[in-house]
Amino acid sequence: MSGATGQVPQNRSTPKRRKEKPGPFEYSRKWSLRAVFIAATIFLYAPIIVLIIFSFNNSRRGGNVVWRGFTTKYYAKAFGNEDLMLAFTNSLTIAVVATVLSVILGTITAILLWRFRFPFKPAFEGVVALPIVIPEICMGVSLAMFFSAAGWLETGDRTWPFNLTNIIIAHTTFCFPFAAMIIRTRLQSFNRELEEAARDLGASEAMMFRDIILPHMRPGIVAGALLAFTLSLDDFVITFFTSGPNTVTFPVKVYSMVRFSVTPEINAASTILILLTLILTIMAVRFQSFGEDSAK
Amino acid sequence: MEDWRKSPSSFTAFSVPPLLWLLAFFLFPLAIVWLYSFGENVSLVDIETTWTPDNYIRIFQPEIISLFWRTLWLTVITTVICLVTGFLVALVIATAKPKWKPLLLLVIMLPFWTNLLIRTYALLNILGTRGRLNDGLKWLWEGTNKVLNAIGLEGLIGAKFIPIQFLGTQGGVIFGLVYIMLPFSVLPIYSALERLDKSYLEASMDLGAGQIRTFFYVLVPMVMTGVITAAIITFVPTLGQFLTPDLLGRGQVDMIANVIERQFKKANDWPFGSALSLFLLYITFILLAIRSIYDARQSRREKI
Repeated sequence: MSGATGQVPQNRSTPKRRKEKPGPFEYSRKWSLRAVFIAATIFLYAPIIVLIIFSFNNSRRGGNVVWRGFTTKYYAKAFGNEDLMLAFTNSLTIAVVATVLSVILGTITAILLWRFRFPFKPAFEGVVALPIVIPEICMGVSLAMFFSAAGWLETGDRTWPFNLTNIIIAHTTFCFPFAAMIIRTRLQSFNRELEEAARDLGASEAMMFRDIILPHMRPGIVAGALLAFTLSLDDFVITFFTSGPNTVTFPVKVYSMVRFSVTPEINAASTILILLTLILTIMAVRFQSFGEDSAK
Repeated sequence: MEDWRKSPSSFTAFSVPPLLWLLAFFLFPLAIVWLYSFGENVSLVDIETTWTPDNYIRIFQPEIISLFWRTLWLTVITTVICLVTGFLVALVIATAKPKWKPLLLLVIMLPFWTNLLIRTYALLNILGTRGRLNDGLKWLWEGTNKVLNAIGLEGLIGAKFIPIQFLGTQGGVIFGLVYIMLPFSVLPIYSALERLDKSYLEASMDLGAGQIRTFFYVLVPMVMTGVITAAIITFVPTLGQFLTPDLLGRGQVDMIANVIERQFKKANDWPFGSALSLFLLYITFILLAIRSIYDARQSRREKI
């Protein structure tokens, strides 16, 4: 790379047509590889863009096949669909509560693994990492059987939001290991001399935690929270197994709508969710680069 | 790191909550699956654990074996396509100008943050017989046909464009799986390429190896750990995929997860579903074990 940066001014002064051939390792300057990158980008984005365009399609039946003019009526219809809006509210509620629980459990787990040496530690680490790696369907099945064996499936009859308990428990179980992993990575960059200095200067255990360790963990906690929130909002399979007829989340509702028929209304609802995740992601990226800058 | 005996009270405060949560809501549920996999339906709703091996024996009937082979085949193809594409994409990002890198990485990773169900649903519009992909193919066909007509080769590619069926075929499911998994495979390869010391490549060229030889004998082996990680990170979730084969396969291209789901939702055969889930779990564990053995060997080699 150092060679490439040295050539920049030279390139600017020479006319475009006589631009040098790319060097042996400047793969990003090779047209064939650029084409692969562009093709991959189109492959990844075209379906989502088509979905958004067709949410404005003025066609009722089989709305996804032919373009019949522009309309925003399906947004009004999606917002007017009470079931869909309830599912949306459920999803957000579950995501918020599961995120809070995941951050708390994740922080505790991260500190535990970072601070202590204890017997069976590798086994404990393995169990914490397990929810990340096991197939979603296995986890969904096991939780469904657990809730049915515990007689907790009836929680669906409780009043909102307590009928969502099962799903919140399920989501926390697969979200908090991710949060723990991220927070632990952040903790590893903590300078332990700070801890010793604080102790020498007479800080108590609680003060040290509040004033030194917690501020250091903050970027990790925020990143972990955002990941947990997205994972919870995104989950279909585990929710599909743990939800009852009265406790439907947005993905589960969309799934049943897709099974029934494909309408522009689903596109409109999806577009809203895509916008929401886009905003969240931009926030995450902003925050991360902000955290890195302040760390410097 | 301090020993837990030094401050047992704070150790207890930190260890009990996650331990209890994992025991109650993760390990205990898995234990129930394990118990039920040796059970029988005694009535419509009751299952009794009779320690019968029947559910495991049923895995070896021909339909289930062919189901496993199909799942494995779809997963292998998906992983290979993801790795090759992911490698090239990662190569472009890793050698781009430093100020472009975060943006290019974000472009590839952004779809990963979008809801999986929505992304799969979006493909229905693309892959349908009257979908956008067939629109594009039809446009290509018409263009080619015009050229062929002009040079007097009428009807060489058929008299009429016949739309290709993607939904309900293996091709469609593979398309969907690659679509879902591609961002996963880029990241590990990218970070391996970032860590790569470029002077090795220059040394190889100085010593007379050509570009292609340097690529295959120096660059690829040096980022192999990243490629293996990418392979595992793509392979394992693909193996247990439910949504993509369900929505794009339309019941014609079932993978293991679809059959497991059916045991719970329609067939109401929980014991067999449990046995199948555990089988899938064991395969996952074997793959992860192979990976950690590889990692251990790799780090030992690096020490030498």
